[in-house]
Order: sequence, then C-alpha cells, then structure tokens
Amino acid sequence: MDKIRFATVWLAGCSGCHMSFLDLDEWLIELAQQVDVVYSPVGSDIKTYPENVDVCLVEGGVANEDNLELLLMVRRRTKTLISFGDCAVTANVPAMRNMLGGAEPVLKRGYLELADTAPQLPHAPGIVPELLDQVLPVHQVVPVEIYMPGCPPPADRIQAVLEPLLRGETPVMEGRDMIKFG
Amino acid sequence: MSVNTLKIDGQDIAVEEGATILQAAREAKIPIPTLCYLEGVSPAAACRMCLVEVKGSPKLLPACHTAALEGMEVSTNTPKLQSFRRMNMELLFAEGNHVCAVCVANGNCELQDLAIRVGMDHSRFAYRFPDRKVDMSHPQFGIDHNRCILCTRCVRVCDEIEGAHVWDVAQRGEHCFIVSGMNQPWGKVDACTSCGKCVDACPTGAIFRKGSTIGEKERDREKLSFLVTAREKQQWTR
Repeated sequence: MDKIRFATVWLAGCSGCHMSFLDLDEWLIELAQQVDVVYSPVGSDIKTYPENVDVCLVEGGVANEDNLELLLMVRRRTKTLISFGDCAVTANVPAMRNMLGGAEPVLKRGYLELADTAPQLPHAPGIVPELLDQVLPVHQVVPVEIYMPGCPPPADRIQAVLEPLLRGETPVMEGRDMIKFG
Repeated sequence: MSVNTLKIDGQDIAVEEGATILQAAREAKIPIPTLCYLEGVSPAAACRMCLVEVKGSPKLLPACHTAALEGMEVSTNTPKLQSFRRMNMELLFAEGNHVCAVCVANGNCELQDLAIRVGMDHSRFAYRFPDRKVDMSHPQFGIDHNRCILCTRCVRVCDEIEGAHVWDVAQRGEHCFIVSGMNQPWGKVDACTSCGKCVDACPTGAIFRKGSTIGEKERDREKLSFLVTAREKQQWTR
C-alpha cells in the first residue's frame, strides 16, 4: 500500500499548534515512517501545495487573501481536512479584531492611531496580502472532516487523532481529552 | 406532607410536594445538565440546558422550573434532547465572544465543561462577534460582557443572598446585558458591598477578581450554599 500523503498548513494562527505537533517528540519518527510529508512549514521545504493529499492539518483562521487562496487549494487537493486548533475551529484570538467591524478600522487602529512615528497604512499588492473584513473559522469557508479544538491541542490529542487515521479509521472526538477548547 | 410519585427515565421516584423535576432527578442520581441553575437561589430557566420531555406535553420543559407532579413520565436524555442541548450550546458560543484561550476561567468554566459534556467540537452557527464592553471601574472586580451568557446568577445571588440588588438585566433580545445600578459603572454603584458573591456565582469568566489572568479564576461556590443553609436552617456548617 502507498504511504499516506500527509500535509500541514499554517493560516492565521500563532504557530502554537505546529509547536504542539513537534511536541509529539519520538512519535514523529514513527509517523515519518508511515507517511510522506508532502507539504508542511515544519516538515518539508516544498513551496506549492501538491495534488492528492490524504490528510492535512490546517492551523489558523482565515484572515487574509493568502489564507483564503491556500485553504481553497488545500480543500480541492485533500481527502481529509482536519481543523487543527481553536483558531481553525472558532477563529479564536485572531477573530478578536472582528468586533471592530472590518479590515479598514482594524488597519487604521493598528497603523495610524497607535503609530509612534510615520503613521502609514500598509499597501503592497502582491507582497503583503490584503486583510479580509472578518476572520473566519475554516469550516465557514470550506467543508471540514474532523475538528480538533485546543489552544493548542496537546500533543497527546494530536496523536490520538492521527493514529486511527493511519489505520484508516475515524477518530472519536469526545470527552475532555479530545474536545476541550482553550 | 404529601408526596408525589413520578417516573423519570423509567425509574419510579417519590418526592415531596413542591419539588421540581430537577430536584427529583438529582435525588435519584439521574444527571440533567444545568448552567443557570444555582443551589440556594430561585430558578430562572434562562439557559434551557435542563429541558426535558414530559409525556403528554407538546413542549420541552425546563426541569429546574417545572414542578414534579403525580403520575408524570419524564425523559431526560432522548436523542432529541441531546441534539437540542448541543445546538443550544453552539448558540451560546456563537452569541457572545467566548475566547477560552485568553479567559480567566479557562479550565474552570461551567460553559466550557458543558460544551465538552454535550459533545461540541465546533459551532455550526456563524459567530456574531457582538461589540460588548468591559467594566473595570470596581476596585476589586471586573465584568467582561463578552463572556456573559446572561444566566442571571449574579443578579439572583446579589438580590436574594446579599440583598444589595446591584445587578439586573437591561435591554431586550440580542441587546440584553447585565447592568449595574442605574446603568452606572460598577465602581460607582453605592449599593455594592464588594462581597464577591457574584464572582463565585458566575459560571464563566464574565465576573472576575482583578489581577487574575488566564485560567486563574477560582470560585468558592460552596460559600453560597453555606450562607443559604445558615440563614434558612440556622446551621453554620460546610
């Protein structure tokens, strides 16, 4: 049987979920023997998300045009998409800007009102991605197969989700160990 | 003293006249999830988590506020109730701004615990992200309306146990919020005795002690039932 094609992506999040993934320590070696890591900010150096991915952990909410474009590509090219961590599942801390009502008031607040010197709105098309008006949880943009809450999800939880998937089974997301937010 | 006999989840139960379905179920060790219910103060039936099915009633009824009557047949955990409770929980999360990761009550929150219990791994409803305020005007305590689920426990403990009635519910519908005094900053309300019962009663991190940070909120919930027992039965025990 071919190895499982495994990926992780990092949208609007702090990378804490990826750090927690690295906390899997020696189990990562076991994982590496069972999967091909085809795309990951912490596990490969490939720049383009490939075709035919079996499992992808998606960290972060959808906050800007880059996030949106990558997520749509991930969805098209992935069988099992896992909403990985609170930012992906609820939009979490990045979405605390949503209360300000849109991208413009957020940028004005951050870059003009709170600026110490040379207040200026960032504008560099093609280099700095434009903010979306609202930060959205992943499942509000594309369908999601598995939700893994946690800020970050502890390494044990990540392992408990991936192990059944490697066997071709669906993990049971129940109880404090699996679905506690925060 | 008259006694009513009823069936809860097929189990025969006898309770004193005047007891609620929730009290009857708890005596029989049948778990019904609750959130706004608080031992020692009057029931509000605000959160709808304790809804049960009663044979012959077309409506779901709140167990905390429905009398256990002779001959009733109550179901507490049908698939319909399980699905409604989960939906209710998702709506509570979608309504306010509940960011567990940066909340004082993280790991010690009745809303969070109940979300786990009803199996909520995400909300199917779009988050509203309402613009809500934080009031830090009180010297010892703060109230963050983003985390408030309008259970009214604070309103009830302040009125019924402390007798100060600092809190109330203002506005209607989605604009409802817990108001202090005559819609003054909490710190300006003379009636507040700074007793802290509202902090102990609050199921989430909405009312907290200043200086506590993420996951640091602790409550002394037993203090509230201690005070009620002391007052009603003259027994100073805990």
